Amino acid sequence: MDKKLDLVALRKAYTPTVVPVKDISLSVGAGEFLTLLGPSGCGKSTILRLIAGLEQPSSGQVLLNGRDVSRLSPGDRNIAMVFQSYALYPHMTVYENIASGLKLRKTPSGEVQSRIHEVADFLGLHELMNRKPGQLSGGQRQRVAVARTLVRRPDVFLLDEPLSNLDALLREHVRAELKQLFGSQNTPVVYVTHDQTEAMTLSTRVAVLNNGYLQQLDTPERIYTEPANRFVAGFIGSPQMNFLQVKCEAGQAIVGNSRIPLPLGSNPKEIVLGIRPEHVHVAQSSNEPALDGQVFLVENLGMHNLVSVRIASGGEPITVRALLGMEHRLATNTPVRLAFPPDSIHWFDVGAGDRVEATTPSMVRNG
Amino acid sequence: MTTTSPENQQATVHRPSVRRFILPIAVALTVLFCLAPILWELLTSFKTDDAIAEIPNVYFPSPNQLTLDQYQKLFERRPFLNYLFNSFLVSLASTVLALGIGAPAAYALARLKLQGERIILAGVLIVTLFPPILLFLGLLDIVRYLNLGNNYLSLIIPYTAINLPLTILVMRSFFQQLPKDLEDAARVDGYSTPRMLLDIVLPMTLPALATTGILTFIAAWNEFIFALTFITREDMKTVPVAGAQLGGASPFEIPFGPIAAATVLGTIPLVLLVLIFQRRIVQGLTSGAVKG
Repeated sequence: MDKKLDLVALRKAYTPTVVPVKDISLSVGAGEFLTLLGPSGCGKSTILRLIAGLEQPSSGQVLLNGRDVSRLSPGDRNIAMVFQSYALYPHMTVYENIASGLKLRKTPSGEVQSRIHEVADFLGLHELMNRKPGQLSGGQRQRVAVARTLVRRPDVFLLDEPLSNLDALLREHVRAELKQLFGSQNTPVVYVTHDQTEAMTLSTRVAVLNNGYLQQLDTPERIYTEPANRFVAGFIGSPQMNFLQVKCEAGQAIVGNSRIPLPLGSNPKEIVLGIRPEHVHVAQSSNEPALDGQVFLVENLGMHNLVSVRIASGGEPITVRALLGMEHRLATNTPVRLAFPPDSIHWFDVGAGDRVEATTPSMVRNG
Repeated sequence: MTTTSPENQQATVHRPSVRRFILPIAVALTVLFCLAPILWELLTSFKTDDAIAEIPNVYFPSPNQLTLDQYQKLFERRPFLNYLFNSFLVSLASTVLALGIGAPAAYALARLKLQGERIILAGVLIVTLFPPILLFLGLLDIVRYLNLGNNYLSLIIPYTAINLPLTILVMRSFFQQLPKDLEDAARVDGYSTPRMLLDIVLPMTLPALATTGILTFIAAWNEFIFALTFITREDMKTVPVAGAQLGGASPFEIPFGPIAAATVLGTIPLVLLVLIFQRRIVQGLTSGAVKG
């Protein structure tokens, strides 16, 4: 049977005002790598601890392979978890650390040995087996922590920011290792991080969380190309997306001195226009619709320049940041014409911040 | 920055040689200053009565001024082994009790979100503020009421009570810096709460237990007032009381020699204890559990 994890209307309240998890429902199937992504305090770690059973939900259910495990203790759930601090038992050798979970489940010793041997082969841990965690480097500890979960063959893997204790270089390396490792097996993985790069590179699906609510659950590509709301749009992507709150008239948004058509079927008084810095470019010709502005800051990022431009407009000045190629040798205070490709523009509702899509013609007719 | 001028080189060569002389001398002087009373007691315990009384003081006794008589006299006149046994029993029992009660209490205070935690901690702290000399009269009444006079329990119970606050406070701060992830990992691994405490938490707690245990043991070993008040039977006295009550052959003689011998014998067990556990105390057993 395929392994599967479902969360049904999960809620966790510590006090009436402290509610880190509010109504989360999602499911992770076999072969899926789901990342819970969000800023600190968004409830992602709490969700993981609820799945693990380290916390009890105030309401809602955790289903593992269709069975309700919400009231079971962590040891009875057949889950395995990698902790941010690795949490290896300092007084046990690497071998004992990896074996402890199996021994507690009364696995026959022959099988314990063969499983550990297999995992040690896989992760290259043979020389480390008799060492204590104190004698290992950060990367080695991390691998031991992963080995401890792999050897358990659980119904779901839980990883709580496993890369955040590694230095930047090692992190990239281990990230690639993790991707290969968990890509080659079929058990669902739930991964918690606040690092969007990790989320984008590792996951098959990303759940963006904010303030205890699920903001968007989608593939990394769609999270980037079609953010469901202003929060997701601003959280994913670096440098951050530009947001301009603009007035609208007759199905057109008034940006500075030019007009950009709104998505079909919408006609608000005001709207938020979002465009990623990497999609803004310098207008090629004078007849291309573009905005006139003046450069006031150039930040060299190596591959690109991050250029901050002040757009001339009737009211308060609008600032747009654009990632421009090094070939545009822009200095501060030079005038520049920026073009927003219509396909790359995201529209968001002013009040709720939800994405505004073009309604299909059939809907317009019906409505 | 990278070039070193000749003067600089000279200075760096010069300085360590001065340090090489001054540092050991300073250390030796400090050690001598701290150990002088103990060395004097040690020396006195090995000198003959004449050498002890001689003026000027004998700092470097000749071989015929050295003797083991003082120790012999100590054991002949008094059941000194008995005293050592009493001290050991009372100190060990109260230490084990203090750790056995204090460590779980400290764990609960560190890990559970208790209501009124601050009040409990304040209460624990307030207990330490009373000087024992204020308590012993009240305690004497209780001891007599409970008929515990001349019973080891009359010492074990107050020693445990007096040392509990220290145990709880030290152990609590230790548990607080113990990463909670380890306990979570143990629970995910399938440890039940009692087994997690025994197999995971306890081994990591040993250094802290050893440290607080030694402090408790020393405090109990050296305690004087309760031991003097609650125990009057000769064969149940502890070392400090017995040492203070050593009498000479006549009321006018102060037996310096046997007192010195008693002091040395009373100190040696503590010195041995600290030396044995020293490695345990210094060793940071938790290193490597988490990053760091």
